[in-house]
Amino acid sequence: MKIAVASGKGGTGKTMVAANLAFTLAQTCQVTLVDCDVEEPNLHLFFPAPATAKDVTVPVPVIDEKICDRCGKCGEFCQYGALTVLRDRVLFFPELCHSCGGCMLVCPKNAIHEEPKRVGIVTNATPMQRLNLVSGYLDAGNPFAVPVIRAAKTATAGDCLVILDASPGTSCPVVETLDGCDACILVTESTPFGLHDLQLAVDVADRLGIPAGVVINRSDGKDQETLDFCTNHDLDMMMTIPFDRGIAAIQSRGDLLCRVRPEWLKAFSALYSKCCALVGED
Amino acid sequence: MIRLAVISGKGGTGKTMITAALAQLLPGTLVLADCDVDAANLALLSDPHLIRSEPFMGMKSAVIDPAICIGCGECESHCRFNAICQKGDVYRVSPLHCEGCAVCVHICPVQAVSMQTRQTGEVMYSQTERGHLVHAQLVPGAGNSGLLVHAVKKMALEQDRDCDLFLIDGPPGTGCPLISTISGVDAVLIVTEPSVSGLHDLKRVVTVCRQFRPRILVAINRFDLDESLAESIRQWCAEESIPVVGEIPFDPVVIDSVRQGMPVTRAGDSPAAQAIQILKNNLEQELMSYDNKR
Repeated sequence: MKIAVASGKGGTGKTMVAANLAFTLAQTCQVTLVDCDVEEPNLHLFFPAPATAKDVTVPVPVIDEKICDRCGKCGEFCQYGALTVLRDRVLFFPELCHSCGGCMLVCPKNAIHEEPKRVGIVTNATPMQRLNLVSGYLDAGNPFAVPVIRAAKTATAGDCLVILDASPGTSCPVVETLDGCDACILVTESTPFGLHDLQLAVDVADRLGIPAGVVINRSDGKDQETLDFCTNHDLDMMMTIPFDRGIAAIQSRGDLLCRVRPEWLKAFSALYSKCCALVGED
Repeated sequence: MIRLAVISGKGGTGKTMITAALAQLLPGTLVLADCDVDAANLALLSDPHLIRSEPFMGMKSAVIDPAICIGCGECESHCRFNAICQKGDVYRVSPLHCEGCAVCVHICPVQAVSMQTRQTGEVMYSQTERGHLVHAQLVPGAGNSGLLVHAVKKMALEQDRDCDLFLIDGPPGTGCPLISTISGVDAVLIVTEPSVSGLHDLKRVVTVCRQFRPRILVAINRFDLDESLAESIRQWCAEESIPVVGEIPFDPVVIDSVRQGMPVTRAGDSPAAQAIQILKNNLEQELMSYDNKR
């Protein structure tokens, strides 16, 4: 069972839901929590523990200037403008390269080979019994989050029960995180921003064919529009977390709601049951 | 023209609310751009009247003609984005995964693959009370949001290059949309919040900003929700010589005004509105001194 936690809008409480869900499940079974918000990973703040790190690399072209005759084929082929062939040399812009390998394929002289370039790291920790935390970190200034997300997911490929914390937004990093998941929890807040972005997130889950349910966070009771939206789109309302300065304080200092207030364990167990129901498992 | 981007690292710290309030309060002519193209919300607070919209064409993506495909699988084995899969006797491209590299076009022995342009978003040019707003909508799940950010900025700069201020509501994160947003800006205002996540993400986004050399300013939103973490943020900013130009208290009026579709500074006097007024004064001074140095 792989469950992604996503939202569209940032700061709605994805990390809080993912962390507490994993904490709850780890009371009774083995669970892997994956931080796929590799641009701003935060889960390690809630589960401090010594971690081992592995580099994430992508292949980038290296041109052997001795063999290259500046024919220009690689520069013409590259769809990203990452290679510019001058009269006396070839300029390579690594920040534009998508590592497709095309330049190597089209080079008639076999003057191009690939070498790994580091784009981030994936860490692995066991912050509590039965909980494995895998976090992806994109290196600062690197634009492409997807390879780091992919590496974090690959590191958990064999695990049975996986909770994935997605980045905000609706573009490629979110698609990469959701891809292959069995269910998706969409965390929202009852504001026009929250609702607008929830609609977009529902659309992404739909396009990927992943069943989704909704959690309303920081509810001040004015949830009617969100509830109507869920009814109209046949989305399961899975959980409501009220606005409460006490809960906000637990979260802001890096603690866990379920650890400080164990009465919440039951609510997060119920959330997991609803995810199973979405997928059609008991 | 001064170019100022409001960003945050962590999502949901209050970028859009503060951008809309600053647009109302800052003097002079301005053009607004919403560069959070994944989930654009500035229009919800700006009461825009659409003047025109343009389709956004992202990268081309590959399409396999099933009538020509012989099912050899060469394209699938060479695709590094897992964008091609077998469907019956032939292969198909998933547009959600295709990054438009065209390796499959090159490798196909029977020329069954072509690159086709697809609309992956829309750029809108609107009138608001405080000037023009350029905003966009990425097709959910589409890639190239950094390119769309570039298209938004380009339209704003082409249409309104004589404005005093180019004010950008930026995306969260530190990846390609953020990098595309802050490239070429004079200053960034990073909106953070007093939480361990807020501080952690502030540090990361500052590291990225420093590679682009804009002036860096910080505002702490909902600073009173955790005084000791707010103090940690102040201390860290002092160590890094980053001015904290505003501190906004938690105020339920903010959410009420968002629900009414306006920035909090329009919803009468409130603690948050007063704090944003001070933020605006400090910001103006910082930007003026920057402009003079230039």
